[in-house]
Amino acid sequence: MNLYKYASPVNFYPLAGKIIPWFAIPAALLFAAGLYVGFFVAPTDAQQGDVYRIMFIHVPAAWMGMFLYVMMAIYAGIGWAFNARLSSMMATSISVTGASFTFLSLVTGAFWGKPTWGTWWVWDARMTSTLILLFLYVGFISLQASIDDPRRADRAGAVLALVGVINVPIIYYSVQWWNTLHQGATIRILNKPTIAPKMLAAMLIMLAACWLYSVAVVLVRLRYIIVEREQNAARFAEVVA
Amino acid sequence: MLRWIVWRDLILAWRRRADVLSTLFFFVIVVSLFPLGIGPETQLLRTIAPGVVWVAALLASMLSLGRLFANDYQDGTLEQLLLTPQPLYLIVLGKVLAQWLVAEIPLVLIAPLIGVQFDLSRETLLVLFVTLLLGTPVLSLIGSIGAALTLGLRGSGVLISLLVLPLYIPVLIFGAGAVDASIMGSSPQSNLYLLGAITVLSLTFAPWATSAALRISLE
Repeated sequence: MNLYKYASPVNFYPLAGKIIPWFAIPAALLFAAGLYVGFFVAPTDAQQGDVYRIMFIHVPAAWMGMFLYVMMAIYAGIGWAFNARLSSMMATSISVTGASFTFLSLVTGAFWGKPTWGTWWVWDARMTSTLILLFLYVGFISLQASIDDPRRADRAGAVLALVGVINVPIIYYSVQWWNTLHQGATIRILNKPTIAPKMLAAMLIMLAACWLYSVAVVLVRLRYIIVEREQNAARFAEVVA
Repeated sequence: MLRWIVWRDLILAWRRRADVLSTLFFFVIVVSLFPLGIGPETQLLRTIAPGVVWVAALLASMLSLGRLFANDYQDGTLEQLLLTPQPLYLIVLGKVLAQWLVAEIPLVLIAPLIGVQFDLSRETLLVLFVTLLLGTPVLSLIGSIGAALTLGLRGSGVLISLLVLPLYIPVLIFGAGAVDASIMGSSPQSNLYLLGAITVLSLTFAPWATSAALRISLE
């Protein structure tokens, strides 16, 4: 079997349709399981009470936000280097999901911060760099949105994503040093010596669920992008028919 | 080649002196607005001075970035430059250097004067001058990537800020941090070194990314 055939958007379209349920259904099951373990099985935290349970969505969302940015840059880079349309479409598709997860982690972080720290927002290094990550996503999405020619949008997005990826560590460390310079003792996210095994289990299940969900949603969006861009191709009509 | 590009862009800029001056006055006006908004307390002004001057410098460089390639793009010069056998890296470097000389150097020169408005000491003014001198090339270099990517797009002015301002954050942190350290009475050395490192890094890589972006935009 020649796998390269699926690098063509037209051939990948039906395959994506078949793959999606394999990710969407386990994602739904794991979300249910993770939320059950998180809300009913995991013990109440000694210091924070039940508030900490927002962590089960907050932490996976933050991880996915960062992970998807790197994935987006890799796909965009491959699409640019090898002129692979499908790969660039993947990058476009990932950017929206990544931005949503980053936004979700900021919002849940604020909801968590209010009862525990007494404030919606502190200029903590991690929060600040997550905010900047959201800005980078917004830049990528708005650049692609304002370019009419899809191939130019793909390549321009790739340059921006790669420049962003080089900058992410620099930004991260500069924010961290800035933070230690300006504030003496900041509030740490969690003063946890070790995390209870049940809490860890709930978090890992939620992480797996978020990951599966991302794949499913990215593929669904990818199918729309394929339809939108390849609608004029006569071959596409044949495959769908 | 490098010298030719720089010389040509300087002549063009000299023929449009008003553009340069308006960027400079934008910088001065923005910085002067802060005391009006915050109040004339000397102690408070001294604390916010590094951040205010640096943020104003970032915003002012946004204004001039749009012109970096736009005029050459419109009259077709840029396309001819891309067709020349000379390496695009040098052409981009020349254009960025000219932009820095025209748009950023005036800001660097006037910044100590503005620092006096904020009651900074003489040593701090020197640090402010040095950080701007070290940091503004990064603004031009990273900004050139954004300018090349948004070439010929509608609403490119706002778009450049969205792309480039998040990438400016390390420069802002170390630049303002060095001035801050000097106000507090400690040594600004570590921040200056880091700022210098970023300058060298972007000098190496940014023209390359800008060349790639130009080729994409002109395809």
